[in-house]
Amino acid sequence: MLPVIELAVFAALVVTPFLLADRTDLITLVTNVIILSLLALSFDLCWGFSGIMSFGQALFFGVAGYVVALVGRDLEFSQLWATLPLAMLVGGLLAAGLAVFLLLGKRTPSSIFVAFGTLTGAYAAERLVAGWQYVGAGNGLSAIRLMAFGDYEFVEGVEFYAVALAALALVYAASRYLVRSQMGLVLAGMRQNEERLAFFGYRVQVFKALVFSFAGMIAGLSGALYSYHQGFTGPSNLGPGLSTTAVIYCLFGGSGTLIGPVIGTAAIEVLSYVLADTDAIRQFWPVILGVVLLVVVAFQPSGLLGLLVSSRERIGSYGARKAVR
Amino acid sequence: MALLRVSAVTKVYGPLKALDGIDLTVEAGTFHGLIGPNGSGKSTLLKAIAGAHLPTTGSILFDDTDITAMPPYQRARNGLSLKFQITAVLTELSVYDNVLLALQSAEGYGALLRSRSRQRLDAEVMQALERFRLADRADDLAGELSHGEQQWLEIAMALAPRPKLLLLDEPTGGMSPEERRVTGELLTPIKQDCALVIVEHDLDFIKNICDRLTVLDQGRVLGTGTVAEIEGDARVQEIYTRRV
Repeated sequence: MLPVIELAVFAALVVTPFLLADRTDLITLVTNVIILSLLALSFDLCWGFSGIMSFGQALFFGVAGYVVALVGRDLEFSQLWATLPLAMLVGGLLAAGLAVFLLLGKRTPSSIFVAFGTLTGAYAAERLVAGWQYVGAGNGLSAIRLMAFGDYEFVEGVEFYAVALAALALVYAASRYLVRSQMGLVLAGMRQNEERLAFFGYRVQVFKALVFSFAGMIAGLSGALYSYHQGFTGPSNLGPGLSTTAVIYCLFGGSGTLIGPVIGTAAIEVLSYVLADTDAIRQFWPVILGVVLLVVVAFQPSGLLGLLVSSRERIGSYGARKAVR
Repeated sequence: MALLRVSAVTKVYGPLKALDGIDLTVEAGTFHGLIGPNGSGKSTLLKAIAGAHLPTTGSILFDDTDITAMPPYQRARNGLSLKFQITAVLTELSVYDNVLLALQSAEGYGALLRSRSRQRLDAEVMQALERFRLADRADDLAGELSHGEQQWLEIAMALAPRPKLLLLDEPTGGMSPEERRVTGELLTPIKQDCALVIVEHDLDFIKNICDRLTVLDQGRVLGTGTVAEIEGDARVQEIYTRRV
């Protein structure tokens, strides 16, 4: 069932521009969904697959977004073939640095320590940026130089959508390869019982640091695309608020599935768009959205995807047995 | 030749001295039983050897290497393997994947990412499962196994990386008499490849498979010797054995 859902979601994303060609507002909405899906997916790799409770994914997202904005402003350079990899590098290195502090200590860190550590990192970065004039302080950076490829500049619309979708497809394929590999089996075991794995000879914290850094790269890519797409970045893009939103996207759709965060992001963003655009409830739509989120998280802990995919299928099999015999 | 040499190990938790100057020597190719009443320090000693707890004082030499302060993953890489007292199979994974996870632990990060040994290890995984009568349950979730089968699975996992020394903490806990008998049969053939330190309350089981016994009481060694020597030790008989 899970591969069918994955195919259906990507097929829907491929045909969307053809169906909505004359609705720029909706193309922009779905582009945002795709970009934010990357952020939610980065959280899913941490929590859903590796048991790392990261409340700081927006830190990597936001810093990378600022970096591409500053490169555009100060160096007048925004070629995507260089700036998007740069954003991934920034996100990955920042996550690796945080991992050294939070995950690679002498003692095995608790989930609470990692959660508070990442949360504090995001909060501190938000406060730092909000008071730093060079990066626009509380006003952020606006009129970001357009993302370009050669002489072509990407504005909101189908072309930007195509770049974002290609990025999501590549990241999704790489993440799927990781979590279905023998290393994915280590992550699945680690999520259930870290101590047991250490007694097999696995250096569990190193695996966590690797996944955390990879997730940081994805969040960095997402942040760069978001800055280019919005034409703006500000302190809230690297704070706890957006970090928590990514957690909710993931849990709403179904953690530990890769496609769940994409579905969760789409469901919440589209629901927000529809509710905010409905005259009868325009005044109190956030309350309705909040109630929907609470109901799903409280009564459907495996998220929307849990309605269709069993726990057994979600975790899957890793051996050669089924493939060979 | 001594494979494991524990010297003057103590472990202190606040006011409690869980281990008090323990000396223990385990020869390669032997099965060594640790017996004693609840709270005598058997599991604490096993955890100190495996690295779950570091000793407060004393030293532990394994295969001529000082492992006293080594983290568990390094001890495992040096050939030490542990089966926990409380079953720690990974219940959400299949029986097959539990053993594969144990077997592939020697692979590097790149090899794991590229799944290089997935097919190569298939035969070894099935061999390990067949040895412990679990081959026909390979595709089932580990959580669906009976308690006894989970114990066997965990022993199969602990043996999978071909350790030099296996530490077993109450492997027959919660098993039926028939399952205990089979467990003894399953363990006996490993002696040629692997030494064993086993903590067990079932004295008949432990006497049947062990070459030597060490009796612990209140964190101290009460006596060490062959099964016959321990059985004939009046002090052990009087002070300890009848209380187990």
